This record gives sequence, structure tokens and C-alpha cells, in this order.
Amino acid sequence: MTTATDVNQPTLQPAAPGSRRLSLPVLLLVIAGGLALTSIVRIITGADGITNVSQMSTALELAVPIGLAGLGGLWAERSGVVNIGLEGMMILGTWFGAWAGYQWGPWTGILIGVIGGAIGGLLHAIMTVTFNVNHIVSGVAINILALGATRYLSPLAFEGVPGGSAKQSPPVESLGQFTVPGLSDWLSTLNSKGWFFVSDLAGLLGGLVTDVSWLTLIAVALIPATWWILWRSPFGLRLRSCGENPIAAESLGVNVYKYKYIAVIISGGLAGLGGVFLSIVANPFYLEGQTAGRGYIGLAAMIFGNWMPGGLALGAVLFGYTDSLNLRGGSENVHALLLLGAILLAIGAIWLAVKKKYVSAVITLVIGVLVFLWYSMTNEVPSQIVSATPYVITLLVLSLSAQRLRMPKADGLPYRKGQGK
Amino acid sequence: MKKFDKERLLLGVAGPVIALVVAVALTSVVLLASGQNPFEPYTLMFQQATYSDIQVLIINQASLYYIAALAVAIGFRMNLFNIGVDGQYQLAAMMAAIVGAHVALPAALQVPLLMVTAICTGALWAGIAGVLKVTRGVSEVVATIMLNAIAVSVISYLWLPDVFGVKLGNNNTTGEMHKSGWVPGFDMGESGEIYGLVILAAVLGIGYWIVLNRTRFGFDLRASGASESAAAASGVNSKRMVLTAMLLSGGIAGLAGLPILLGDTHTYSLNFPTGIGFLGIGIALLGRNSPVGIAFAALLWAWLDKASPELDFHGYDKEIAVIMQGLIVIAVVVSYEAVREWGLRRQQRRVGAELAAGNVLGGSNNTEKEVAGR
Repeated sequence: MTTATDVNQPTLQPAAPGSRRLSLPVLLLVIAGGLALTSIVRIITGADGITNVSQMSTALELAVPIGLAGLGGLWAERSGVVNIGLEGMMILGTWFGAWAGYQWGPWTGILIGVIGGAIGGLLHAIMTVTFNVNHIVSGVAINILALGATRYLSPLAFEGVPGGSAKQSPPVESLGQFTVPGLSDWLSTLNSKGWFFVSDLAGLLGGLVTDVSWLTLIAVALIPATWWILWRSPFGLRLRSCGENPIAAESLGVNVYKYKYIAVIISGGLAGLGGVFLSIVANPFYLEGQTAGRGYIGLAAMIFGNWMPGGLALGAVLFGYTDSLNLRGGSENVHALLLLGAILLAIGAIWLAVKKKYVSAVITLVIGVLVFLWYSMTNEVPSQIVSATPYVITLLVLSLSAQRLRMPKADGLPYRKGQGK
Repeated sequence: MKKFDKERLLLGVAGPVIALVVAVALTSVVLLASGQNPFEPYTLMFQQATYSDIQVLIINQASLYYIAALAVAIGFRMNLFNIGVDGQYQLAAMMAAIVGAHVALPAALQVPLLMVTAICTGALWAGIAGVLKVTRGVSEVVATIMLNAIAVSVISYLWLPDVFGVKLGNNNTTGEMHKSGWVPGFDMGESGEIYGLVILAAVLGIGYWIVLNRTRFGFDLRASGASESAAAASGVNSKRMVLTAMLLSGGIAGLAGLPILLGDTHTYSLNFPTGIGFLGIGIALLGRNSPVGIAFAALLWAWLDKASPELDFHGYDKEIAVIMQGLIVIAVVVSYEAVREWGLRRQQRRVGAELAAGNVLGGSNNTEKEVAGR
């Protein structure tokens, strides 16, 4: 089991060598374009819910744990270790966070939760780096163990404590949240006016300043921080070199084992923080099965974002937004988004036609027309279809761009010191 | 030659034995740390295994695990990670339940129909990941994870009352299947009933061995797993192999839920066992992808599952069994890797020693084989 793990390694040759990194201006442009389109759709359909402040605020809250798990995946994979164990590390984070949180306050909870996740990361590092176990096998094993450990510990720690049970922890005190005074109200008013673009932008920004938890703020700040550390500091350069070409890194005096260990432990810590967010901020308690596969989704968001922090954040927001549509029961809102989907598909068809890919253009157009027909024939969409949407979109994005995505070159490959001699 | 084989056997057994010893020791540490007797749970659980009603439960449960683990193992044999067995078997069981509730043929046709439905559903679901991998280069790991999540949505959609669902109180079901689709079990009197489709699990295990070890396809599959470039050089179409292996894995995965569906529940409801696909990954690892090894591993897993509830009555938490399962998987993968590297190093040292002694020219067949084996 020491052969290449081959996660998302394109089996076909890369189509074009040109690098297509998602730079900040491009990212902002994509967001603005998406917002303008959404705004048009909102005005046509009258579904004001799709960009209102509370919708955006829920979306942000749901995006944070996914984004944190994705960041964890990013750290590990940039050092060349595939981390399917994110889910398990998140589970450890939820449990330890709530366990420490209900006894010694939420901030201690956060710290212990991060440590819990980091222990999962350490285990993954020992297995993959020291023992060279296949990364996916190790990750799957950690997921099984983390689930078992928390299930065993819960009755011991929570049963008999007021408010606790064998599957649920006692309530954790709130971390506190803040609303920017004045600005929040002003944006809400602006949002309710229903103007083109301005109101939608106000809704988006309003979501960022209304009832925001401190932990959300930390999580959002971690994205540029990760970018700066990994791409602008010598430490980050060395860490990434371990993921691209560990033999070359070794020849330059980098201790590859050390960097891989650090990266995977940080990865576990970030996944743990995502877990803590679930058990302290999103809900004030630990509940068995609370992570509900978010570790895997985080991994998907990271791949969606082409192993870059900005793209990852975009992916996490996409997942969070679709989740929030489901949570807020807006089958009418989702129905409105069908129109958005049809418009996007039409734009995609035009784009493909311009690029002279006529067959793909026609297929895209036909799907777009079908979606439009679906929109015009029905009045609401079953919620199950909504919950499947982010996964379907991820699959579509992967299948359309897997050859253009560029993962770290030595990602998932086994490495032994001195193997390059 | 004989000595060589003995050593290989020793190395083969050493992995699982070391792993089990380490896992048991660590579990005892966990028990000690939580202030409990570190040995009594094992005696209690061994005692459980002697009761015939528990034995029936273990065999029934093991049949589900066995089929799921076989599905995973087929992928593993060629380095394909079918993480999606979980979604494949659930969706397949549901489709079989739906067909079983809406079609009424004589039993001789009905049961095969349900099996074909399950196989096709599982193969279709895995096939999506296979097609994406060979045509678009999408990793099967990520694709099957996404497909698992999509399967959950599809299942809850199919459960809607105006689709195929039938509400029974708070439970979502697919309605009871027609009697002709029920597979009678082996009556064990007081101890209960062994699912009739336990036979299916055994047949699949034998078929797995024959296909892998006695057919050209099996050889190609193992060759692709051992070295993709060598397989390609000998004329194996790697894309077709990936797709076939994925379809086969998905088809077998589709059968994993059938023993309990046709033998006991006769409907796909909220109580239907979930997560067997993920357990199957651990079981396939423990069984080293061999049909006999997987059978032992599946029985071990089922024993831990079915003997542990008794612990609750003696002041222990039955979840200790889940911890033990996790520890076994981790100990197993680490010890296999360690034993493999140790064996390799030992072999290299011996070859080195023989070369140094100048034996290589007049050396026996044995030495040459070992050099090639590196």
C-alpha cells in the first residue's frame, strides 16, 4: 500500500500549460458578476429572500466550518499529505470543544478543541510520514477511530451532568457575537429597498456585520493569513516545496519530515477549529453526528478552489449558501435560483460557442433550456434536490476542469528520506 | 524453496497478529484509564459468542460486511479507492425495495430481478465515478464522496410520499415488498434465522477468488494494481480496466444490503443499517483483500458489534467495541506496512550478503527470484 494515492491526479495530459490562478481581482469580479445576476433574478422573480441579510448571515455561519476544514486540507495537501481524515479530526474538535467548553468557558473550549483536532493530525502524520501508510487508508482509519472514541467518551463525560446525555453535551456558554452598530441597521434598510445590485450588495455586506461570532471573524481572517504564510514567507515556501518535490527540498537542506509533521498537525488543528465552531457557535452543545460529513465537503471545497485559499473560500461560501437556502425553508427562493442557473448555463453556452466548442455549447444550451422549462413549469423545488445541488455542482466543476486544476505535484506520494540518491 | 515459503507465511500472519495484540493492549489501556477492569469485557464478549442466538446474529451481520468488504477489495486490488460503497449499497437496497414493492412475479423470477436491480443500481452509481475518472481525470475518491452525499439526497427524495415513500408513523419506508421477493432463511429454532442470502455472500467470495486468481481479467486487474506501467506495457487497456473494476465493485456493493432486505426487513426504512460501506473499507484492509481473510475480519467485526451490547449490563460501555474497531484498523495498517518494509529490508540484506559472498553466479534459482522480487 505504498503506491501513489492519486487523488485527483488527472489521468489525461493537462490541456493547456497556462496557469489559471484565481487572483484577487478576478475573484472580486466573479463575486460582483454573480451578485449582479442574482440581483436581476431577484427582481424578475420577486424572491427577495435570496439576498436578504439574515440569509447571508446564515450562509456565512454555515460556510465557516466547511471553510476551516478546507483550510485544514489545504495545509496538509500543500505539504504533500492527502487528508481524508479531516472528518475525524472535526469530530474530535466538536467533542473536545464542547467538553472543555461547558466546564471552563467557550474560549478554553476552542483551545482544547483545536488541540483535539491537532492530536488527530499528529496521528495522521505518524501513520503517513513515519510509517508511510497510504494516506487515504490512514485517513479512513482516523475517521473510524475518532467516531468510536467520541462515542465511547460521551457517556462517560456527559451522562449525569445536567443537560447532558450519552449523545449530547451540556450547553456551552455563548462566545458572544457582535453587530457593527449603525452600519448593520443602515445596510438592512438599504437591503429592504429592493434596488438593483445596491440592495443585494447591502445584503451581502449586512450578513458580514450582523450577529457575527468572534470565531467567524477569526476563521475569515485565517484565509488571508494562510495565504500569506504559505505563499509569502520562507516557512511557507519550504512547506510547499515538500508538497511539490520533497527530494529537491531535501537536497536544499529542508527537513521534509518536520515540515510534513507541522503541516498535518496544523491541518488537524484547523479541522478541529471547524468542529469547535459547530459545537460552540453554530449550536451551543456537542451532538453525536454533528459534523455530518462536513470534513469531506471541506476537502471538496478545497479541490473546487484549485488548492488555493481564495478559491477554497469561494467554494465554502457556495456550499454554505446552498445549505442556508435549505435551512431557511425557501423552496420559493430555490425556485428563483433555477432561473439563475438557466441564465448561467446560457452564458456558458455563448462562451463555449465563442471558443468554437460547438458540441459542448449545444449541450450546455439544451440543459439551460431544460432548466428554464423546469423553472417555468413548476412553482417550487423539493428540498432534497437543493441539498444535492452543491455536490452535483462540485462534480460538474471537477469534470469540466479537472485537467486544469493543479494539485501539489507530490501530493499523496510516499516519501522516504534519501530516496532520491 | 520450502524455507522461503515458510518465511512468507510468517510475515503474512505476523501483520494481523501484531495488530490484534496491539489493538487489544491499547483497548485495555483505554479501559484502565476510564477506571474499569481491563480484561473482564473480553471474557464477557467471548462468552457471548458461545450462545447460539448471538452466533446467528453475528453470521447475519457478517454477511453484510463481507459483501461490502469484497466490493472495496476489488478496487483495492488495482489501487482504486471506492469510498462510495456506502452510497452504492444504500441506493441499491432502496431501488430493490421499491421494485420489490411494485412488481409481483413468481419467486423464481422475482428474486433474480431484485438482485439485478441492486447490481445495476450499484454499478450505475459507481460507474459515474468510473466514467468521470477515465474521461475527465476526476479522482474516484472525491467523486465517490460526492456521490455518497448525492445518494443521501436521492434516497430522501424517493422517500417522499408522492414519489415511492410510505409513511409508517414517524418512519419513512418504501412499503412492504411482495412475499415472492422474500428469501426464506435457515431456521435455527430458538436461536432465530440465518438469512438465506448468507449463501450469496459465500458464492461471491468464491467467485471473487476464481475471477482474481484463475482468469485473464483477474490477472490484468492485479497487474494494474501492482504496476500500472508494466500492465500497460503488456497490453492492458488501463482505462477499460478502471471502468470495469469500478462497475464490478459497484455491482457487488449493490448486493451488500440484500441479505437483510430480502431476509428480514422487507422494506427500506430509516432503520436500515447505514455506514456498512465505510466499515467495509476497514474490513477489507484487515482481511488483506483476500476472500478468506475478509471472512475472518467480517466475523470479527460482527462479533464486536453483536457481543458488545451485553457489556452495558455489566457496567461497561458497549462503545468500547467501536474504539476497538478503530484501533484494530489503525494497528493493522501500520503493522502491515512495518512488516512489509521489514521483510523487504531483510530480503535485501540477504541478497546483499549472498552477492558479497560471490554466490551470485553459481546461485540457485531461489536467489534470482528474490532479486526479481525486489
